[in-house]
Amino acid sequence: MSAPESLHLVVGEEELLVERAVRAALEAAREVDPNADLTRVQVTDLTPPELAELVSPSLFAEGRVIVLQSAQEISKEIADTVLSYVKAPADGVTLVVVHTGGGRSKAAKDLPGQLKKAGAAVTECAKITKPGEREAFVRNEVRRAGGKIDPEGVATLIDAVGTNLRELAAAASQLVSDTDGKVTVDEIRRYHQGKAEVTGFAVAEKAVTGDRAGAMEALRWAMQLGVPHVLVADALADAVRTVARVSAVGRADPFSLAGPLGMPPWKIKKAQAQARGWDQSGLADAMQVVAGLNADVKGVAADADYALERAVLRIVAAHGRR
Amino acid sequence: MSVWDEVVGQPDAVATLSAAAEAAATIVAGGTPAPGVMTHAWLFTGPPGSGRSSTARAFAGALQCVVTDDRPGCGVCTGCRTALHGTHADVRVVTPEGLSISVAEMRALVQISARRPTSGRWQVVIIEDADRLTEGAANALLKAVEEPPERTVFLLCAPSDHPDDVSVTIRSRCRLVSLGSPRPAAIASALESVDGVPPEMAQWAASVCGGHVGRARRLAVDEQARGRRESVLRIPLALRKPADVFTCADELIKAAEEDATTANEARNEAEREALETAMGAGGTGKGTAAATRGAKGALKDLEKRQKSRATRTQRDSLDMALVDLAGFYRDALVTKTGSEAALMHPDRAGDSRTAAAQWSQESILRRLEAVLACREAIEVNVKPRIAIEAMVTTLHRG
Repeated sequence: MSAPESLHLVVGEEELLVERAVRAALEAAREVDPNADLTRVQVTDLTPPELAELVSPSLFAEGRVIVLQSAQEISKEIADTVLSYVKAPADGVTLVVVHTGGGRSKAAKDLPGQLKKAGAAVTECAKITKPGEREAFVRNEVRRAGGKIDPEGVATLIDAVGTNLRELAAAASQLVSDTDGKVTVDEIRRYHQGKAEVTGFAVAEKAVTGDRAGAMEALRWAMQLGVPHVLVADALADAVRTVARVSAVGRADPFSLAGPLGMPPWKIKKAQAQARGWDQSGLADAMQVVAGLNADVKGVAADADYALERAVLRIVAAHGRR
Repeated sequence: MSVWDEVVGQPDAVATLSAAAEAAATIVAGGTPAPGVMTHAWLFTGPPGSGRSSTARAFAGALQCVVTDDRPGCGVCTGCRTALHGTHADVRVVTPEGLSISVAEMRALVQISARRPTSGRWQVVIIEDADRLTEGAANALLKAVEEPPERTVFLLCAPSDHPDDVSVTIRSRCRLVSLGSPRPAAIASALESVDGVPPEMAQWAASVCGGHVGRARRLAVDEQARGRRESVLRIPLALRKPADVFTCADELIKAAEEDATTANEARNEAEREALETAMGAGGTGKGTAAATRGAKGALKDLEKRQKSRATRTQRDSLDMALVDLAGFYRDALVTKTGSEAALMHPDRAGDSRTAAAQWSQESILRRLEAVLACREAIEVNVKPRIAIEAMVTTLHRG
């Protein structure tokens, strides 16, 4: 068996992945020495002598895993101590440096690069922001737990649980163990109900396509989750005016319209599809509705919840008139 | 030459105020004037552009006039000139640049108003736009306005004495001076004599300003303002295709944003630098780091004030355009009904005839109402773009 890496660098802000990387390093060290110790320290609490003591070999050569957390806040002298240790690492000591990738001082910003140069095993744990990546993550989680999930199930699970990776991972492994491996939409619905995250944009999208039930449902969820009224109102206004603007110029190639309209092509393409159900007078009415709503949610209406619902219903009605 | 030259077309107000200034001079000289002629708090009301604040300044000049004859307000002595230019030690002018006047500002003002005048005449406090006093600020002012020290005078300016503009408690403590919209002839002659505008231009500016002296002056001397007015008044007849709605709305908003940046940019930067220097930025040596530590908060405060000022400029600029637009639809309605009433934009009579021929009375009225609704919407904080686009949609549809 090959000796485990004695220097690890974990870069990124995704908490769960960082935690897993640290655990993996510890497990690798424990394979060599089952009694290996884990020590976590914040770099800001350290002094150079303390660090030197931590990483020096012990009398009986017991294994040790030292985790330096929040290395993005490291001071110059600690960084120097780390780098000088890295040049002459001690036997049986595994050093794991956890760094967000940012940092304010020069020493802290340069640390990851220098550790990479020194031959550290790098684990990237960047925050997952794209929906595609999140879906891949869920699929992986289910597979790791020994189960299977279809694309529809992935979407349902993310809808119901939210975007927090820790919660997604926990839900995935729980589902696998509850369902003997095959995770379907029905199984997910049995354990998870509702929606974890609804944005104003989701409400607006349903409203301008004339989906009355869908829009109202999304709106109620959004209000339940405490999405600010102003955000929903702004999303509605933006959706309506985008459709109005795009339909006003007539049908044309989204890419050639992008410049003059000042919108990205994908937005134009979507708006062109949404514009099919609208006529000019309906759009004009919808513009008045969202303008009135903007005043309502800023204190004109006594009840902003009611004002939002009424506005959504009116937009859907204006859509259906065609 | 007299301080009252600055007050355009307000003979009644000038008569009242100059009598008050004479009485005030008698008080300063140690005499006892007829009771009730001079008083300690005045409220100037009138439509925008009627010259509320310039009347208040002129009155302040007359109060501070040091030439002791029987008609104070000579307009040439140090007292008059410094008061008119806002540099007199005993004339304090509050001009809100942001959206409202805060309580803190008014509390400081109340303290100042309690001082004796350094020149031995009058301590004058002018509050322009008293309608921007917050409720708390108005309350902070109450006591001082009710019973100020012997030689302190409060001059408040507001669009009207309606409770929406000035709280009833303030209103009841002031003597009201109401100003009317000055006649075009008076405005034209003032532009000619005070600003030296050529007669033809002065006539034109006075005829299209809608009784707003400052607007007339701006139109007479500023090429860009004339261009802006042209482009706004072109909108009603330029709305043909649905796509025009967004082009026109965009134009209006961009112009307003541009106004806000050009008016404030240089000033913002200068203010920022001055504050940074004051907080010790750029210093070297021991202790400078500690000195600049509190600077962040102060800078943030400044940015907040600057933002409020920019919003105000943008709204004022939009409002000006909307008033012009409303004037156009009013003209169209006047033409349609065959009334003899004077037009707001006589130079656009042809356009209003075209509009009157094309549209029905109801649809002109709907358009006019859309413009007025948009003004109100912007006042209650609706995003300008949303409000303007909704308005232009109605202008297009009728």
